[in-house]
Amino acid sequence: MTESFINARPATVIRPPAPPKKWTRGRVVGHLLVGLWIALLVGLLIYLYSAWNPELIAKYGPTYLAGLKTTIGLVGSSILLGAVISIPVALGRMSKNRIASSIAYAYVYFFRGTPLIAQVFLFYYGLGSFKPQLEAVGLWTFFREAWYCALLAFALNTAAYQAEILRGAVRSVPLGQWEGAASLGISKFVTFWKVILPQALIVALRPYGNEIILMIKGSAIVALITVYDLMGYTRLAYSRTFDFQAYLWAAIIYLILVEIIRHIWDWLERRITRHLIR
Amino acid sequence: MEGSIALLGFGEGGWGPSIASGVLVTVSLALATLPVGLAIGFFVALGKQSPERSVKLAANMYTTIFRGLPELLTLFVVYFGAQIGIQKLGQLLGYQGSIEINSFIAGMFALGVVFSSYASEVFLSAFRAIPKGQYEGGYAIGLSNGQTMRKVILPQLIRIALPGLANLWMILLKDTALVSAIGLADILRQTGVAARVTKHAFLFFGVACMIYLVLAILSSFVIDAIERSSAKSGVKR
Repeated sequence: MTESFINARPATVIRPPAPPKKWTRGRVVGHLLVGLWIALLVGLLIYLYSAWNPELIAKYGPTYLAGLKTTIGLVGSSILLGAVISIPVALGRMSKNRIASSIAYAYVYFFRGTPLIAQVFLFYYGLGSFKPQLEAVGLWTFFREAWYCALLAFALNTAAYQAEILRGAVRSVPLGQWEGAASLGISKFVTFWKVILPQALIVALRPYGNEIILMIKGSAIVALITVYDLMGYTRLAYSRTFDFQAYLWAAIIYLILVEIIRHIWDWLERRITRHLIR
Repeated sequence: MEGSIALLGFGEGGWGPSIASGVLVTVSLALATLPVGLAIGFFVALGKQSPERSVKLAANMYTTIFRGLPELLTLFVVYFGAQIGIQKLGQLLGYQGSIEINSFIAGMFALGVVFSSYASEVFLSAFRAIPKGQYEGGYAIGLSNGQTMRKVILPQLIRIALPGLANLWMILLKDTALVSAIGLADILRQTGVAARVTKHAFLFFGVACMIYLVLAILSSFVIDAIERSSAKSGVKR
């Protein structure tokens, strides 16, 4: 009797259906906002479709691609050059020598406290006023080119930021790591290279990614000193056609570029912090 | 040396007055952008931590787009886009003349949008640092949603967010230099004109850099004072 009663119960419990979600004010506003975004994106697509002009694309499409290459080349080389310069600057910032640390501090303060665009102008137009002196040293061919001036300004600028990133990351490694290595009789250089740096780079990874993205965005200003990067060709196309889609295409390309970097960085971070996940 | 002092001075042939007016434009643009950016950023942050998924999505799209675009491009898109948009609107309404957009307003809007997308991240992490009990305590003594936000959460939020916002202010101050590209007579524009006319480019752009440095140093003093006074009202530990 009791057994059949127990057996009569269904094997799986059927839950009552979840109560329908209420249309709260927040939810309505949220849907309206998402609707607005979708409307904007659809509007953009419709605009780009209606303004689609094969002639224009054929004429300016390749220049955009060339501009993108210039942008990537400029950012890539200035980041690498900046990374090299940042090492002595970071060492100077951390050094106990008063003179070295104050020079490094002044360098970092100047490049982080002034706008990148003003620095680029200072290098391109400013050094141009020292033409005779530069010609005498044989450096004029270098500073005559807007691209090299931009590269130099960018590299020095990003070096200041990277030095701070590096310093913060090295500082974040506990002192005990140094002491532990020293107690094993490992030399300071090897300690830094094999013990401290691998731990510091994990901390520095995210700021480095942000710095690359900032440089990609910042590199657009070289268009103002006649370098034809993506922004430069965009301005050229707009000034010739007065077609607003020139800017919209550039916006889409920049957005895709930044998103790609961001996703690569997320993946990198997940990958190199695998051992930290418990 | 004397020649350069005369060039920078306020006397005859000196560029002092025009550079000073540029400083005024830069500072007022940054100050005008700040409240706009802070307000938008705060609401975007509220959206990001909302339990409602659609609000979160809309807020995240905002940040993704405006943090991913170069500031200069945002500025051009706003400036030229608004110009074309208003022109089209004027034509619809039967107005045939050309309409000029004020570059100050365009700069303020573009910089405000960029600032707000970064500020929303700062606010969001500050929101996360405030324990849930603070909200619950507010509700328990009978405060409404809005009152809890204003009287309990906001004072703490500002204190936590202050260092991040100070950082963003410095970035904003430097980003204002970009508006010289759309013709606003800020520091960089004025020194650029002076450099072209006098052919002393290094001097004038160097001066521009120094002015930005001085502005940064001055604002760091102000920020320190604000931080000290807000720490006073905080919890003593």
